[in-house]
Parts: sequence; structure tokens; C-alpha cells
Amino acid sequence: MNENSTGKQTNNQAPRNNKPRSLFEKVWDQHVVLARDEGPSLLYIDRHLIHEGSFHAFNQLRERGLPLRNPKQIFGVADHYVPTVSRRTSDCATPEIEDMVLRFDQNMKWSGIPHFGLTHPNQGIVHVVGPEQGISLPGSTIVCSDSHTSTHGALGAIAFGIGQSESMHVMSTQTLWQTKPKSMRVVIDGRPGSGVSGKDIILHIISKLGTDGAVGYAVEYAGSAIAFLGLDDRFTMCNMTIEAGARFGIIAPDEQVFEYLKGRPYAPQGQAWVAAVQSWRELPSDPGAHFDRTLQIDATQIAPTVTWGTSPDAALPINAVVPDPDSMTDSNARQSAQAALQYMGLKPGTPLSGIKIDRIFIGSCTNSRLADLSSAAAVLKGKKAVIPGIIVPGSMPVKRAAEALGLDKIFIAAGLEWREPGCSMCVGVNGDLAMTGERVASTSNRNFVGRQGVGVRTHLVSPAMAAAAALTGHLTDVRELT
Amino acid sequence: MKAFTQFSGTAAALEGRNVDTDQIIPARFLKKNRAAGYGEYLFHDLRRDAATQAPTSFVLNLPLFQHATILVADHNFGCGSSREGAVYTLADFGFRAVLAPSFGDIFYSNCLKNGLLPIRLDDSILSTLRALITDTATRSGKNMQIDIDLQSCTVNWTGLDQPIEFTIDPFWRECLLKGVDEVALTLSYQSEITAFEQKHYASRPWLTA
Repeated sequence: MNENSTGKQTNNQAPRNNKPRSLFEKVWDQHVVLARDEGPSLLYIDRHLIHEGSFHAFNQLRERGLPLRNPKQIFGVADHYVPTVSRRTSDCATPEIEDMVLRFDQNMKWSGIPHFGLTHPNQGIVHVVGPEQGISLPGSTIVCSDSHTSTHGALGAIAFGIGQSESMHVMSTQTLWQTKPKSMRVVIDGRPGSGVSGKDIILHIISKLGTDGAVGYAVEYAGSAIAFLGLDDRFTMCNMTIEAGARFGIIAPDEQVFEYLKGRPYAPQGQAWVAAVQSWRELPSDPGAHFDRTLQIDATQIAPTVTWGTSPDAALPINAVVPDPDSMTDSNARQSAQAALQYMGLKPGTPLSGIKIDRIFIGSCTNSRLADLSSAAAVLKGKKAVIPGIIVPGSMPVKRAAEALGLDKIFIAAGLEWREPGCSMCVGVNGDLAMTGERVASTSNRNFVGRQGVGVRTHLVSPAMAAAAALTGHLTDVRELT
Repeated sequence: MKAFTQFSGTAAALEGRNVDTDQIIPARFLKKNRAAGYGEYLFHDLRRDAATQAPTSFVLNLPLFQHATILVADHNFGCGSSREGAVYTLADFGFRAVLAPSFGDIFYSNCLKNGLLPIRLDDSILSTLRALITDTATRSGKNMQIDIDLQSCTVNWTGLDQPIEFTIDPFWRECLLKGVDEVALTLSYQSEITAFEQKHYASRPWLTA
């Protein structure tokens, strides 16, 4: 590289001219190793989370003979390929899937990376484990080779999904070349109604933005609604930010965040904790901070929301009907909707609340935390499901906490399966899939064609809405059950 | 990384917005080592009938486009999952460039690391180009060649008055033109990284892992 192409380099971490800065800008500025006049900056990465898919990065490292810069800043979590029926690799769906879990173990041993493997007492889904263990902290930079890494932004971190080559780059340099994204603020005001969760709010927002509406942006969620939302709902919202195209979702850390993190295994302790909290209080966006785009949302107007199509922006309130492609003026939207309805086997004008469901899935990095499971259990308590379904807690600590509250007994008594933690039916690579033609009410994040199995139709819903569908066998407004 | 300077190749048009990485490569094929080759999984479930596995009429199954090397796609191509397998499969199939009005952010980054050139062009230019590729195939049974010059940041094809310019960040352009080893480049800043790290953890000791 010559100087012409790379531009002048500076080491500029200081705020410029006391200009009001956003939360994102503050964290960004604190991590710039090298800035150029234009193009990407070299950004320091505090935490790097990896899962079984990391074998590509390890293969590259080994081929090139590159050492890891600091294995202690990397955390391995087995989640994508693990069985959810037991904690035995022999229960993996196929020998090839078992091999993925075993290879991950070997790579963790080879590299000396702290490892939350299949039988670890705190294993879980990487985006549940990171915050839960206090590995993910406000004001830090966090990467993981998974697009839902935006989840950790709910703590006030810059957290984003990367590819395997980028993962290998972080392993060997602890940095990444990153172009600063544009900024968007989604201001959500008002108290969400009963039966309305973070999932409904984020599905509503995605339906307003479109799946590419936030491409190139970092999205900060703000407004009076945030204080009404528990942390688990905030994780859900940041998690699905990628479904509107943005690599980053972020929320200012508040007392709820500090309370959540205090005493977690990897969180700072004692004096370090006091200093950390003091620093974190400085993170929220300054009044007058610039945002390239602002979207205003009225939380009081959001109903339980479900998807009807094959992209997450195809979402509507449960009391709506399947839209009619012929009424769409934009020809691209019309064609997409026609193809989606054909795949989904739905007719325009059908009430969403009448759509028959074959199976439910409650779990995934979007909706597998204790508040998610509690809201589903509240709907299911003392009742029987009329369709099968699995409930997959996000981590072993979530599982233990749910069992301490007796939630497992509620699920089992309802006729649903209570499983072991993992990504499970969200991506299906461990073999947890629905059957061709089946229709699933799923608390996961993607309703893409074939995502939960070839020819499987996915409706994205909140945990309470999945529970409601389990009781009636069709999409149901949970507010009508309580 | 394989350098990219100039390239001329056969174009294939792919209609449809928001083609996600699950369509580009279904997740069940992500267990293979890269060395085994990812080409056969490209658009796997769109290219085969689910029940019979017989080839469908998907564009890359048509004899004219079986050896296409430049993909002309629509908005938000490569959205969804961060799987780099989506880029491996396009590259291993033989693609050297993808033209689209917009890309999924992570997919775009992954392209840059693998010598697959992502080119952003106006929606209207690309919808006209896709129609032209399809019309040419229907009318004359021929495919279309596209010329890409990363040095001048232009693309050209028969029928244009003059080449069309595209923009790409100069840093990544330089990396692609020279086939720069990004890790080696970053490691040349080792002392800056170490100095930063010491300062960073001195002022924020709670972040020390």
C-alpha cells in the first residue's frame, strides 16, 4: 500500500471541538487505533466471540502459521450445531454435525481460548452467553462471526457480525478495518400495551424500515419506551436490527444495565466496577448529537405483530389480513409479495389470526431468555397445547433459572418439549427442523425461504404469541386469551 | 488474496430483491472445508426441485449462463446471515463480480476479503441491464459480456455510449488491485496497535480480559 491510497494517518481518539456526540460515536472514538482522511479506520476489538463455524478462520490461521494475538479476548461458545435433546455429542443428528462440535473443541484446545463447550455448566447461545457472563460490557467493541451480534448493543456496546476472514483478522491483530457507518436514531415513545413485547416493537420497526432500510447505518434506539422495556426485550430489539439491514443496534446503558451486569463472572469487580460504571454513565448520546436519519415510533399504537411473508419486514398487526399484492403500486413489492404468498400458501384477505399452525418454536438468540420464557409460560399455565412444539432455553443459566421458577413443568404439562440450550430451529443446522409444508410460529429472527427446513413456512412471533398459537393451533391475538 | 484489476466475462441476470444468504447457500452446506470447493451449493435449493432434485429453469441452469462470471442482481443482494460461505460459493462457481444497487453490509465486506468485486450501480442502470441480458438471450440465443476495469472504476457493455463509472472506497480498491494481504498490512502497524492497547487498558482497566 502506498501513502496516496491510504491517506494521512492520525491517532485521533479525542472528541473533536466538544461537538455533541452520539453513544455510537463515543464508543467508536475510544477504539480508533488509526484514522485516515477517508475510508476505513483501524478499530480495536475488545471481545471476540466465536462458535463452531469458526473452523474456516482456524484453517486459515494454521495454513498461514499466524499466532493469535490474545486468546483471552476470545470466547468460544458451542451453539449452532449442538444437540438440544441431550448434552452428548453422540446425540448429534448426523456424524457430520457431531464432527462440527468435536472440531470446535479441538480448535479451542489448540488455541487456548476460554471455551463454553457442550457440557459446560454455562453453555448457551453465544448472544445469550456473552451478556450473561459479563463478557459483553457497555462501551466495548464486540465482534462475532454471526449477524445477530448486534444483540450485545443493548448494553451500550458497538457489537457487529463479521465473516470468517474478518474473524481470522481479529484473531491475529485484535483489530478490524471498519468504515464508520451512518447514524440513525429510532425514537420509540410511550408505554407498550399489554401483550406487546420487544419482539412486536422490532417487527413493527422493521416493517416500517424495510429489510434494506438501515443498510449502512448504526441504529440507536431511544425514547421513553426504552425505560419500560426490560433488558431481555432490548436484546431482542438490537438482535433483529440486522433484519432491517443495519450491522449495529445500540441502546444507551442505564441503571437496569448496570444492575444486570453487577457480579457477573467476567464483569469488573470492586474498584474496577465503580470506575467502569462511572465511565459508562458518560456514554449516552449528548443532547444535540447529530443523526443522519431519525424515525419516530409510537409504542402505544403497536399491537402483537406477526410476519406473513418470507422476509422479516413482511410484518403486520395480528388483527390485520394477508395483504393483496394486486393493491401494491410498486411493482417490485408486488412481485415479492406474490412470490412470498405462493411459498407461504396464503391467500390475500385471509385474517392473520386464522392462519393454521402446525408447530411452535420458542428459542433462538432473539427470544430465549428468562423474560421470554416467563411470558410464554404465563400464557400456557394450566393449559394444553393442541400442536407440538419445542422450547429451547438460551443458556444453561437461563434453563436453571426457568426450572427454579417451575416454568419447565408448565411447558411439559402443556405437552411441549423442554430442551437443552442451542440455536436449534432458528437455523436448523443441528438437525432441529420442521417438515416440508409445515407452518411454524417461531420466536426466531428469519422467515426466509427454507430457513427452518425445505418448504417450511415460518411466521415470526413473540414468545407469548407462539404460546397462544400452541393453545389454539392457529395464529392468535394473545390479548384475547388473557 | 487474488488481485482484481480488469475482467471481462459473461453476465447472468438474477431478478428479485433481498436475495438472502440462505438462498445463496443453504446453511446445511456450511460444514465443508473450503478446500473441498463450495461451487456446487450455489443457489442449491433454487436450482433443484425439492422433491425430485431435477434441475429447475433457474438462470444458472440454462446452458447460456452455466459459465457466467458476472452476476447482475437487485437491491439488498446478500442480506441476512454473515456466512462467508455465500461468497465462497459464488467465487468457487466462477463469479468474479456482482453488480447490484445495494448489498447486505456483511456480505459486501466478505466479498472484499475474497477478491469477489461488489459493484454498486444505480437501480435504473441495472434493471435496464438485466432486461438487456435476458432479451439478448431470448432473441439471439447469445449471452452478454461485461468489461470491468477497477483501475478506472468503470464497467462497459455493448450498446453503451461510454463506460459507466462506479465508486468503491479507495482503501478497498487498492487492496483488491494489489491483492493486498490485509493481515500482513495490519501487522505492519503492530507497534501502533500495542501502543493503543496499553493506553486503552490503562484508561479503561475494566476491559482487560
